[in-house]
Amino acid sequence: MSLRSAKDPNYQKPLTRLIDTAAGPLDLKGHEAEGGYAALRKAIKDLKPQDVQAKVKEANLRGRGGAGFPTGIKWSLIPMGPDAGAKYLVCNADEMEPGTFKDRLLMEQAPHQLVEAMAVAAYAIQAQTGYIFLRGEYVVAAERLNKAIAEARAAGLLGQNILGGPWSFELYVHTGAGRYICGEETALINSLEGRRANPRAKPPFPQIAGLWGRPTIVNNVETLSNVPHILLNGPTWFKELNQGKTSDAGTKMYGVSGRANQPGCWELPMGTTARELLEVHAGGMRGGKKLKAWLPGGASTDFLLPEHLDLPMDFDTIARAGSRMGTGLITVVAEDQSIVSAVRNLEEFFARESCGWCTPCRDGLPWTVKILRAIENGQGKTGDIEQLSKMTRWLGPGRTFCAHAPGAMEPLQSAIKYFRDEFEIGIVCDIDSAKPDVCILPAGLPDITTDRDLAQKKAS
Amino acid sequence: MAIIHVDGKQYEVKGGENLLQTCLSLGLDIPYFCWHPALDSVGACRQCAVKQYKDGDDKQGRIVMSCMTPTTDNTWISIDDEESKEFRETIISFLMTNHPHDCPVCEEGGHCHLQDMTVMTGHHNREYRFTKRTHRNQELGPFIAHEMNRCISCYRCVRFYNDYAGGTDLGVYGSAANVYFGREKDGTLESEFSGNLTEVCPTGVFTDKTHSERYTRKWDMQFSPSICASCSVGCNISPGERYGEVRRIENRYHGELNGYFLCDRGRFGYGHVNRKDRPRQLLVSKDGRREAMDAGDTLDFIRQQLQAGKPVLGIGSPRASIESNYALRELVGTAHFSNGQTALDAALTRLCLDVLRQGPAKCATPSSIEDADAVLVLGEDVLATAPRIALALRQAAKGKADTMCAEKKVPDWQAASAKDIAQRLLNPVFVATPAATRFDDIAAATHRAAAPDLARLGYAIAHALDASSPAVEGLDTKTAELAQRIAAALKAAKRPLVISGTGCGDAAVIQAAANIAWALQASHPAAEICLAVPESNSIGLALFEAVDLEAALARAAAQPSVLVVVENDLYARLPAAQVDAALARSTLIVLDHQDTRTAQRAQALLPAASFAEGDGTLINYEGRAQRYFQNFDPAYYDRSVAVAESWRWLDRLQNGDAARENLDEVLAQAEAALPALKGIAAAAPNASFRIKGMKIARAPQRQSGRTAARANIFVHEPRSTQDADSALAFSMEGVNGASGVDRPPELLPFAWAPGWNSPQAWNKFQAEVGGALRGGDPGVHLVKAAASRPAYYSAVPAALKPNGALRVEPLYQHFGSEELSSLAAPIQQRIPASYAALSVGDAARLGVNHAERISITLDGQTFSLPARVRPDLPAGVLGLPVGLAGVPPLKAGSAATVAKGA
Repeated sequence: MSLRSAKDPNYQKPLTRLIDTAAGPLDLKGHEAEGGYAALRKAIKDLKPQDVQAKVKEANLRGRGGAGFPTGIKWSLIPMGPDAGAKYLVCNADEMEPGTFKDRLLMEQAPHQLVEAMAVAAYAIQAQTGYIFLRGEYVVAAERLNKAIAEARAAGLLGQNILGGPWSFELYVHTGAGRYICGEETALINSLEGRRANPRAKPPFPQIAGLWGRPTIVNNVETLSNVPHILLNGPTWFKELNQGKTSDAGTKMYGVSGRANQPGCWELPMGTTARELLEVHAGGMRGGKKLKAWLPGGASTDFLLPEHLDLPMDFDTIARAGSRMGTGLITVVAEDQSIVSAVRNLEEFFARESCGWCTPCRDGLPWTVKILRAIENGQGKTGDIEQLSKMTRWLGPGRTFCAHAPGAMEPLQSAIKYFRDEFEIGIVCDIDSAKPDVCILPAGLPDITTDRDLAQKKAS
Repeated sequence: MAIIHVDGKQYEVKGGENLLQTCLSLGLDIPYFCWHPALDSVGACRQCAVKQYKDGDDKQGRIVMSCMTPTTDNTWISIDDEESKEFRETIISFLMTNHPHDCPVCEEGGHCHLQDMTVMTGHHNREYRFTKRTHRNQELGPFIAHEMNRCISCYRCVRFYNDYAGGTDLGVYGSAANVYFGREKDGTLESEFSGNLTEVCPTGVFTDKTHSERYTRKWDMQFSPSICASCSVGCNISPGERYGEVRRIENRYHGELNGYFLCDRGRFGYGHVNRKDRPRQLLVSKDGRREAMDAGDTLDFIRQQLQAGKPVLGIGSPRASIESNYALRELVGTAHFSNGQTALDAALTRLCLDVLRQGPAKCATPSSIEDADAVLVLGEDVLATAPRIALALRQAAKGKADTMCAEKKVPDWQAASAKDIAQRLLNPVFVATPAATRFDDIAAATHRAAAPDLARLGYAIAHALDASSPAVEGLDTKTAELAQRIAAALKAAKRPLVISGTGCGDAAVIQAAANIAWALQASHPAAEICLAVPESNSIGLALFEAVDLEAALARAAAQPSVLVVVENDLYARLPAAQVDAALARSTLIVLDHQDTRTAQRAQALLPAASFAEGDGTLINYEGRAQRYFQNFDPAYYDRSVAVAESWRWLDRLQNGDAARENLDEVLAQAEAALPALKGIAAAAPNASFRIKGMKIARAPQRQSGRTAARANIFVHEPRSTQDADSALAFSMEGVNGASGVDRPPELLPFAWAPGWNSPQAWNKFQAEVGGALRGGDPGVHLVKAAASRPAYYSAVPAALKPNGALRVEPLYQHFGSEELSSLAAPIQQRIPASYAALSVGDAARLGVNHAERISITLDGQTFSLPARVRPDLPAGVLGLPVGLAGVPPLKAGSAATVAKGA
């Protein structure tokens, strides 16, 4: 049997080089034959925990969960030393961002890669216990991860005194109960503790007081999966994986969903353009339709337009264009799809997934949904668009307890910005058919209706 | 110290707390919901938004939640900023999307924080045009009504009930806009502090069901500053009256005692005031029948009895006021006055008093208990005997979070963060009691033993702390180790505390507790002691020189006497045979507000005022004298009602037309006659106190319908009753708080300030929000700790050696052991069925199964009860629930013989 890594001789696709979806994931033996767990051996045998941290920091690995926070800096905030006590490493595998399915691929097809990555990362922060907080519906991933963990434990790669050294690390898979908010790291921690999945107030940040009140690092699946490769090949190699397309380091799991010919997920150099994703990898728009708008990386990112397709997909460039790269898995909207319906669909999701803790999110999102439904059904009222615009402000950053509602407002605000006419179509003139001479104004507007106003309304 | 700038004005503040609390303390109004002075900040409701600026030049600023933002030096904020104002109004509009706008039929209306905040933000135009979500409500028992549709999801209820009070049966269910606060299924709320939900809830989700039956708007009730008489803590309460009935008890803020919270016994136990079977006329017994007589004739009849030449004995009561007890003592003479307590209760209370004033350990208040960082509870189930102390004790345990927050540099008012950081770690609380308590969940260790063995543990702890205190011989290894562990924990603390009391009926337990508190003094001057005593005025009675009840009854049994009994049911204190023997040949005159078994035997019964119809002073467990004031005049609605304070009846009996004019005169004489009461008159301003020539109104200024209140009786509206005893005026004339002039804290009848109709109005009366009332928390300390330590107590008892007979341990109940509250119908629904508790070993030895009836012989009485076999009970002990039906008056420590069968 030929080695899977042979298809990537230059080590340009570290995350997926061992993936063969037809053949399925490698077991421990196969994985080790491909160089698996070499990074863990190297770390434990040759490197101090701080050295591992330093390499990750130097590699400029940024969080792949959506926020792009530098992983090395996150790790450097955790207390180290003999008195640091119990610490935890948590893998955020609660992949519930609509349109996002990259972590699933990595966990189902390369479970040992994540197990090794967690061991290495845990070694770097000297955590004794790790949890993979896994989306409940990822049944296959759960099964494969648990199998990989059992194999690794049996081989002495997890558990007590790993590889004969002084350090011990236990790793567990914890499956979630299906709440989007568990992707928020502090809500995830609450859920892991058996409490309601409400986000926590910060500070304290999890690095100081996280799981069970102890220092905790929460990293995304894709982020962690990069770590062993950085250790084996060095920060410079990692930085150059982007092939000069951008300043952000590494590769990125990109993807396309929506009305594309071949939706999918691919590991590509960081900074690949959305046009390449859509036109080369996803085979262009289905049925020859034109692209109307696209979400760069999940439901909680602002819509961008076809004119933005040539921007490199990295954290800072997409931010400058007025959106966020998010998870990097784009969702495309075709020219004949209603932007109002698309947004209504997204907001229904966000309203349902609110944890119910803070007022603007809990009560503002359902109101937003109801207005959008009214507009979608041609029953919008004068003032509804203004009300939606207000929502985007009142549910924005700093107004709410966490980033859930601000994220929900991103597609809404950009949809209004770019496609206001589609919203206006849904607003009816508020004339009561039974009393055509009475103009019913939406609540809140001063009643100064005159005959001339009425005539104007009728004329329009 | 910090300088902050609010809307261009500069303020010097303490700093360190959050901006919301700081601004409220400055008298600046910021609306809020999820924040509560006792529950701190969680940032859920987003109502308290203000604009914060980097510095004086920053014109843009950013919206922050004031409750989540620390008050630091050089903070620049604006409350008045347009964007913040618009945001705050928007938050109300969000909360209103699901609120039913049912104020006219909602019982919260008129004291609703949501109403107040809605008005404060100026939200008056509904823009939401869609449907509202609805919920099903639950049946939550006799105290609390549930209407979830009104909920604005502020999470205060669960934060109080679970996080603060340790409840486990109220939860938050669902998510998103469908969050439900209730029980897992219908059923009575189990917490002894559930009633606080009615005040903690900012709207009408949890309302007072006992009030619902006779509902009156807050503004239509007449209130008075009053003191709860349901235990010895002396929580401050605000009873509300309409049409001659008490309709509700509200918490009356007291910074050192009750703070914002009452127990359910105190809040819902007022029903005895309204009972139909109360004596309201003067009753004289003729040929075995009781007849109402007018006052003149009755008093003449009683005077004849008093002057008939028989010895006159007065029996006072620890549930009657100082004034009434004093007036009785005056009437019968010091030598013939009994404190109305059993010899055991009187001796134990006296011992507590001795510990407090002869020893150097300060007496803890609920508020200082909250600051303790290691606690030993020795022998006392405070949740039953002094419930508010148990709630404070819970906060002491949780104080661990404050320490941990400080280590992590997180402010301790960040309630959710504190919980995240501390997790389940608590300050050490050791609970050593005869039986399990409902606060064992916060205990670092529990220890179950009979009273003498608890005392031995206590002596051993004291000895471990100070080797010069008496050692305990022959202690078993396990107990000795526990003593070492507890001593080490108390020693390691900064503010250790010992809680004990009269509850297990054993002097040695109290003495051991005192030794511990005293042994700590040398190294821990902040170490305190807290001793619960049996009743609301037990310490007051201990300040009188008086004989105990047994002695008085023995005299009456030996020689026919005239017994004058004030507010005391003798049958509730001593075996019926003993009381009967004393009454058989004596003339019995009773003054009471309840038709007790004793009252029913009286030759003459004078209708005494309950706390609601009279004024008086009670002295709590700390020795703090507090005045309670008449809530209403029952005769205003029914001229046939002859109710008056016992002291007033006694004064009239003794002095006739020369009777004293008012309470102040009684108090002045009491102070002169009893040096121990020196200073008691200063517990509240006297009757001549005026503000700008005016009295203080008992009713809110908007009280309505006074003209019509008596119209069904007679169309003429009489003049309001004139109050000669206090500076308070009946009805709404007088100073009411609208003028902004401070009233003395002792004379605040109800919580109201302009714009603040809910209990949150207490913010407006505090020097610092959540701290002491402006003018000082009410009460005068008549008992002060000594400067130095007396000799240690040294009577170490012998260990209990089971010898066949069982030792009686009284088991106090939160509901049922207190006499007056047990007369209230809603409380009666919560009183458990009677039982006799046996240890597993004793039950096996006696061949008794759980729930089987057993026959108990005790102090010459034989009775039968169903057995409850309890694993928590130590061997050799019979646990009997105090005050429950079928359980006769108990003497703790008596030997009982138990046999199977009825």
